[in-house]
Amino acid sequence: MLKMFLKIFSISKKTKQVDPSDCKQADLIDIGEKIQSKINKLYKGSIAIRQVDAGSDNACEQELVALSNAYYDIERFGIHFVASPKHADVLLVTGPVTRNMAEAVKRAYQATPAPKLVVTVGDDAADGGIFMNSYAVQDGVSAVIPVDYHIPGDPPSPQTILCHFLKMLEMLEGKKQAK
Amino acid sequence: MLDAILSPVGFISLVLFFGVGAIGALMFRKNDEFANVWSSFFAVAGSLWGVLFALLALNAAYPMLLSFGVNTFPLFSVSLTVDKLSAFFIFVISAIALFCSIYGYGYVKHYYGKYSIGTLGFFYNLFIIGMLLVVTASNAIFFLIAWEIMSVASYFLVVYDRNEQENVKAGFLYLVMTHVGTAFIIAAFLLLFKYTGSFDFEAVKSGALLIPASVKDVIFVLSLIGFGTKAGIIPFHIWLPGAHPAAPSHVSGLMSGVMIKTGIYMMIRIFLDLLQPVPTWWGPVVMIVGSVSALLGVLYALTEHDIKRLLAYHSIENIGIILLGLGSALTFSSLNLPSLALLGLVAALFHTLNHATFKSLLFLSAGSVINGTHTRNMEEYGGLIKYMPYTALFFLVGSMAISALPPFNGFFSEWLTFQALFQGMKSLDLFTKWTFIGSAGALAFTGGLALACFVKAFGATFLARPRSAEARHAKESSLSLKFGMGALAAMALLFGIFSGYVTSILNRIGLDFGFTSSFVSSTPEQSLAAGGFSIVSGPAFFILLAAVVLAVVFAVKFLVNRNQKVRVGATWDCGVDLTPRMEITSTGFARSIILIFKGILKPSIQREIEYRDADSRYLPISRKITLKVNDMYRTYFYAPLSGLVSFVSERAKYIQSGNINAYILYILVALLASLYLVK
Amino acid sequence: MESIFWAIQLVMVPVMSPLGVGIIRKIKAKLQNRRGASVFQPYKDLWKLLHKDEVLSSDASWIFKVAPYIIFAVTIVVGLSVPLFASFLQNTFTGDMLMVVYALAIGTFFLALAGIDTGGAFGGFGSSREMTVSALAEGGLIFALLTVAFRSGTTNLFAISNAAILNTGYSFLPVILSFFGFFIVLLAETARFPFDNPATHLELTMIHEAMILEYSGKRLALIEWASANKLFIFAALGANLFFPFGIAHDAQLGSIAFGVAFFFIKLSVIYIAIAILESSIAKYRFFRLPDLLLVSFVLNVVAVAFLI
Repeated sequence: MLKMFLKIFSISKKTKQVDPSDCKQADLIDIGEKIQSKINKLYKGSIAIRQVDAGSDNACEQELVALSNAYYDIERFGIHFVASPKHADVLLVTGPVTRNMAEAVKRAYQATPAPKLVVTVGDDAADGGIFMNSYAVQDGVSAVIPVDYHIPGDPPSPQTILCHFLKMLEMLEGKKQAK
Repeated sequence: MLDAILSPVGFISLVLFFGVGAIGALMFRKNDEFANVWSSFFAVAGSLWGVLFALLALNAAYPMLLSFGVNTFPLFSVSLTVDKLSAFFIFVISAIALFCSIYGYGYVKHYYGKYSIGTLGFFYNLFIIGMLLVVTASNAIFFLIAWEIMSVASYFLVVYDRNEQENVKAGFLYLVMTHVGTAFIIAAFLLLFKYTGSFDFEAVKSGALLIPASVKDVIFVLSLIGFGTKAGIIPFHIWLPGAHPAAPSHVSGLMSGVMIKTGIYMMIRIFLDLLQPVPTWWGPVVMIVGSVSALLGVLYALTEHDIKRLLAYHSIENIGIILLGLGSALTFSSLNLPSLALLGLVAALFHTLNHATFKSLLFLSAGSVINGTHTRNMEEYGGLIKYMPYTALFFLVGSMAISALPPFNGFFSEWLTFQALFQGMKSLDLFTKWTFIGSAGALAFTGGLALACFVKAFGATFLARPRSAEARHAKESSLSLKFGMGALAAMALLFGIFSGYVTSILNRIGLDFGFTSSFVSSTPEQSLAAGGFSIVSGPAFFILLAAVVLAVVFAVKFLVNRNQKVRVGATWDCGVDLTPRMEITSTGFARSIILIFKGILKPSIQREIEYRDADSRYLPISRKITLKVNDMYRTYFYAPLSGLVSFVSERAKYIQSGNINAYILYILVALLASLYLVK
Repeated sequence: MESIFWAIQLVMVPVMSPLGVGIIRKIKAKLQNRRGASVFQPYKDLWKLLHKDEVLSSDASWIFKVAPYIIFAVTIVVGLSVPLFASFLQNTFTGDMLMVVYALAIGTFFLALAGIDTGGAFGGFGSSREMTVSALAEGGLIFALLTVAFRSGTTNLFAISNAAILNTGYSFLPVILSFFGFFIVLLAETARFPFDNPATHLELTMIHEAMILEYSGKRLALIEWASANKLFIFAALGANLFFPFGIAHDAQLGSIAFGVAFFFIKLSVIYIAIAILESSIAKYRFFRLPDLLLVSFVLNVVAVAFLI
């Protein structure tokens, strides 16, 4: 155990170092820092996400889980996942909303205290995706609850998700300034 | 005027109040309402008189004596002594009886037309008379008569609801156990008489030095068992969880709050007063008994889902805590440490007072709940806080007090008990030292488990959603019930806040026992101090907590969170339909603790599944799971004992031949044998 | 002058406690090779929650509504009752060790009731587990504090932190033993590994989190803040009662500054220990927890037996 910790500390500097030539890495940090400044401005520095699986095929979940790993580590930008919609600011809904999950999505939406955002992740959540027009699905989250923003992709990569997160926050900021 | 109250006449009129109440209730039994008003009025008036009398007696310089000799029976006399200890117990009895009687006036209304109210009033008043005489009697034979009045009256109260087969059974067990206990008491008194030549306590006390040490030990064991049976120590408690729930709730409150304390009273009287000085091993034995009762009492309470049985088991637990205080007092007095002995005694007495307060409060609130829902099964409650808000508040106060949460009174008496145990740990003798350490550990765990148990009791009864139609239709109780509970709740808070003042009065009781210096004292700011070791303040904590709560509410509501809205929505449960069946039940709540202590509690589980089809076991028609907690003392103590008794009886049957000549021979042999022995 | 120090003591617990949570999270992130959120993240979380709307359950009664205020207020009162940076302050009113133990139990009591109150499937078993753990932790806690009380000849916590260092015969072994016992109780009472996973999202493994699933907005903020306070208080007890070095013994400005600095260093050590522990061991199965708590109790009893 001790060895492992020592190893972590001995190599951690290398992983954190940003190589300007690695565009993806630089890009991520850049996006993240922008997100953080927007969150500081709009959300007092803290966003809590409740992820709702409305009959998803778990592809999007894999990508969302990746957001918390050591590489993407969105916690450093002030975003964290929570265990109850009552604790959340943002509902991340994935999946085409199956009949059986429609009520559950509605309830999760009602349980979330204002101000709240509903963000759909993945093409399934937008309009049903490959499950479109099936008898078993409601063809997208917007059929059940109002959606504020959509992140496209099937599934979107973590970096895409972050990128769209930034866009969404910029959009919100714009709305706020317009007011 | 005040002198007139504190006089033999004052005491006789105290008894007369209840006597008139009893007789009158019996005379007017034809009219339920009138009998109820009559008996309640005299019980309330008598209790008020008793409170006044007791307060004056606590301040009196000398004990009050009252004695009529009865010449035809040379050893018997109606003699009473009201010293400070008796006065304290008169206070406890009267104060609790006062609020139980007020409560009882409204509570018994649902018996109208079903059972005779006059009879209830008669036995209720007689029961209080019995207790008052028990704590004042100073002649052993007169004491036994009073003891019997109390026991028999309470037996009739237990079987009052006689249509329930269970109650009659519980009453019978109570009658048997209480007389087994009385047999031990009689044996103890006879031994005292043999060596001191008198049944008068005063004479016994002065002659105590004549008793040989070994006989003293026998008397100790006999009276510990005899009075312990009444107090409900484990393993002589089996009558208690049956009998207390069976009685009407205000009687349960009196039985659990006060009657079992008469056993404690006599232990104090005999061990600390009559038989002084005592050997060193008595105290530790009392403490071990107390630790076992406290721990097992609370564990069995956790297994219960009958609300009154749960409370009854908590009485066993609290008797254990009182015995810890008493046992440490005994130990210290045998080690000749009077100031520490006084600490232990004050802890025991204060907990006696506090337990009487909050336990009767809890029984009264439980009665109010049962009145509203017509069941004692906690699994069928739920959500009652919305239907019975006052009862819920009072039960909450009682729960916090019994769980020893400051600023309620239970905390301060447990605190004193802890102090007594801490002081004892410094003693030099290894056995004594480890008894004290073990007792403190038992007390610490008891406190934690009691907290868990009352979260369960309050949560399952009052919180979440109703689990039965009865609970949904529950109504808040009437004014007299609310007043009785509310006054006791206020007492639980006030005795906590003014614990310093209360203990300073309790200290005076020690003067009667010759403890002059006191380890426990109260400062001018009403703090409670145990020597230089510990100091704690009830008022300061109460004011500080109240001030901080108000400040936080103000800051959050009016400074930070001004514009935010509060919306009421459904409970979020991962999107499924929430039904009351998904709530935690009282059995479910306690299950993990029961499993942790499965070595002691021996829980058993039985599964019965009925399938639709014998071959394929996929479609069950019904499933039934029976969880049971086996009574260890029944299997290992009472079952072998009753086996032995029936074995001996079987064998003894041989001499019962039915031949009258043989019987005459037996009589002759018995006569000759006794003549030989007497010679 | 003394009232200024009391004011510092009063605000220190609520002001500094979220930082402790942030530090532990930061260290844990580092040990997972992540960068982690800023140590000030818990402040931002609380500030945001305080400004959010609330959704109350329709099943909730007034117990659910008042519980956060009581739970939070209790930690503030207890914060005034334990020595933090100065032992010359004397609190003879609420500074008794049993008072502190049972006052904290008020918070546990109301939190458990609030968990049951909403009638959800998770809150109830969270309460059941919480009460099981805290019932079994109580023996260890009282005996741990008793050890240091016997060493100093008083149960007043301020006096313990003041007197201990002055005692010439500083008995080290019992203190170390009981500190280990105390540390186990600390982990149990503050819902850390191996008793509870403070970062879990899985309802079935929750203890603390299961009870507060229904809270939102300002009430959630108060409860989260109160549990941060509780962690701070327990860490302060561990630092100041068992290792009362460096605490300010007089009202000199220098010794106060030194006391505050030294107090934070000691706290950091405890936080680091918690974080390393959480990164190196797994959560225990629920029915193994009693064994651990029993170990704590036995350690403390042995420690007490050494001292008397």
